[in-house]
Amino acid sequence: MHHVLMDQWSQGSSPLHARDPRAKILALLVFLIVLATTAPNAFSALVIDAAVLLAGILIAGLPPISLLMRAAVVLPFSLAFGLISWLAGDRLRALGLVEKSYLSTVAVLLVVGTTPLPLLLSGLEALGTPRLLALVAQFIYRYLFVVSEQAQHLRLAAACRQGRERQRRLGFRAAAGALAVLFARSYYRAEGIHRAMMARAFSGKFALFRRLQFRLSDGFFTLAVTAFLILVRIQ
Amino acid sequence: MTPLIEVRDLYYQYEDGTQALDGVNFTLNVGETVAVFGANGSGKTTFVLHLNGILRGQGHVRVCGIEVNKDTLVRVRSKVGVVFQDSDEQLFMPTVLEDVAFGPLNLGLPSDQAIATAKTALAQVGMEHALGKAPYHLSAGEKRRVALAGVLAMQPEILVLDEPTTFLDPPAQRNLVHLLESLSQAKLIVTHHTRFAAALATRAVFFEKGKLVADGPVDEIVQRFNWIYPALDAADLRYSAQRRF
Repeated sequence: MHHVLMDQWSQGSSPLHARDPRAKILALLVFLIVLATTAPNAFSALVIDAAVLLAGILIAGLPPISLLMRAAVVLPFSLAFGLISWLAGDRLRALGLVEKSYLSTVAVLLVVGTTPLPLLLSGLEALGTPRLLALVAQFIYRYLFVVSEQAQHLRLAAACRQGRERQRRLGFRAAAGALAVLFARSYYRAEGIHRAMMARAFSGKFALFRRLQFRLSDGFFTLAVTAFLILVRIQ
Repeated sequence: MTPLIEVRDLYYQYEDGTQALDGVNFTLNVGETVAVFGANGSGKTTFVLHLNGILRGQGHVRVCGIEVNKDTLVRVRSKVGVVFQDSDEQLFMPTVLEDVAFGPLNLGLPSDQAIATAKTALAQVGMEHALGKAPYHLSAGEKRRVALAGVLAMQPEILVLDEPTTFLDPPAQRNLVHLLESLSQAKLIVTHHTRFAAALATRAVFFEKGKLVADGPVDEIVQRFNWIYPALDAADLRYSAQRRF
């Protein structure tokens, strides 16, 4: 399961995992700004940005192919918009859309894959994100996975009762029915999880297992990444 | 002596109009283990959800002398530990240790103390080897133990177990009986499994259409309501099958 994998990745012990979440969030923010302002045809800068991400993946000990494949989930959307721009004659914009959306997704996955979610949200909160927003993000994350888990169970149940020949004909109808069931089941599942959280004195704020500590090394990391990315950008 | 749980004239109606609890009176005393029997939908789970304020109906619920209301929820939830039927709903943190420490952290313990408490609770249920594991990698029996540890880490005075034998194979059920026997807390066990209940409970109560209709020794309640588990033996099953086809 995807969420299981991301959770597993975030439990690593690499130098990147050890960084304070605020340092990683700030570095990500700088990366996204630099990427957004880089010209789509500035290929050398984009290659260096991609190399920075690849270095991050390797340092973090995350499986590069698996992460890059997961980031490709954004491609159908960016390719669709890219195609529209291409057909409208703006080829540079089309190229930029695809390049930047993909690299942005890889960067976000790198941060999420090296930071346990409670720490990531605490980092966001410490950097000024409203608590309500952080809490909503927490529940969206958790319940998206509840939905995906339920979807996998439904798919398995449907596959067990579906003959190969009839599969194509009935596939769409079954999928539509399953979607309604999926949301109903996910709702009850989410309600159960929420109830279990309340039963253990959850008051709306995740108590931190580890306290956030912004060390000198975190400051150095943020500064080094920022300086390097800006340098690449202005070259 | 003040009862651990005292419920008086408890009524609860769901939004769709279903009267789930209809004037329930109940008492749990120190050291008792009580089995809660009743058909599906008879109000058992709704009842136990009132004991730590997850649901709040009309009437009085007192836990260790504390009236359950909005202002006492944290105190009450530290006294009543609920182990839910589906352990997967209860294990939502990335690692076993973090999950077990979730309750103590919410009660305001500093993280080092919460970790120590969590480790003790895990040792109590024989799961200390699984500290760093992801909960979803555990077997059903192990998940149940970790869920129980998550509740024990809050050092409750009362344990409420909702269908604790669900998803467990016979050896895991036996292990659970031994484990629960070793715990000193008063217990309320919602179950259909009469043999499991008889192994642990000193008395039983029976729910019917939202009412608590009987309270007495486990054997007596089982006989009175013909509440035997498994409900059918092999001959009954064969007979049912012949009639259907």
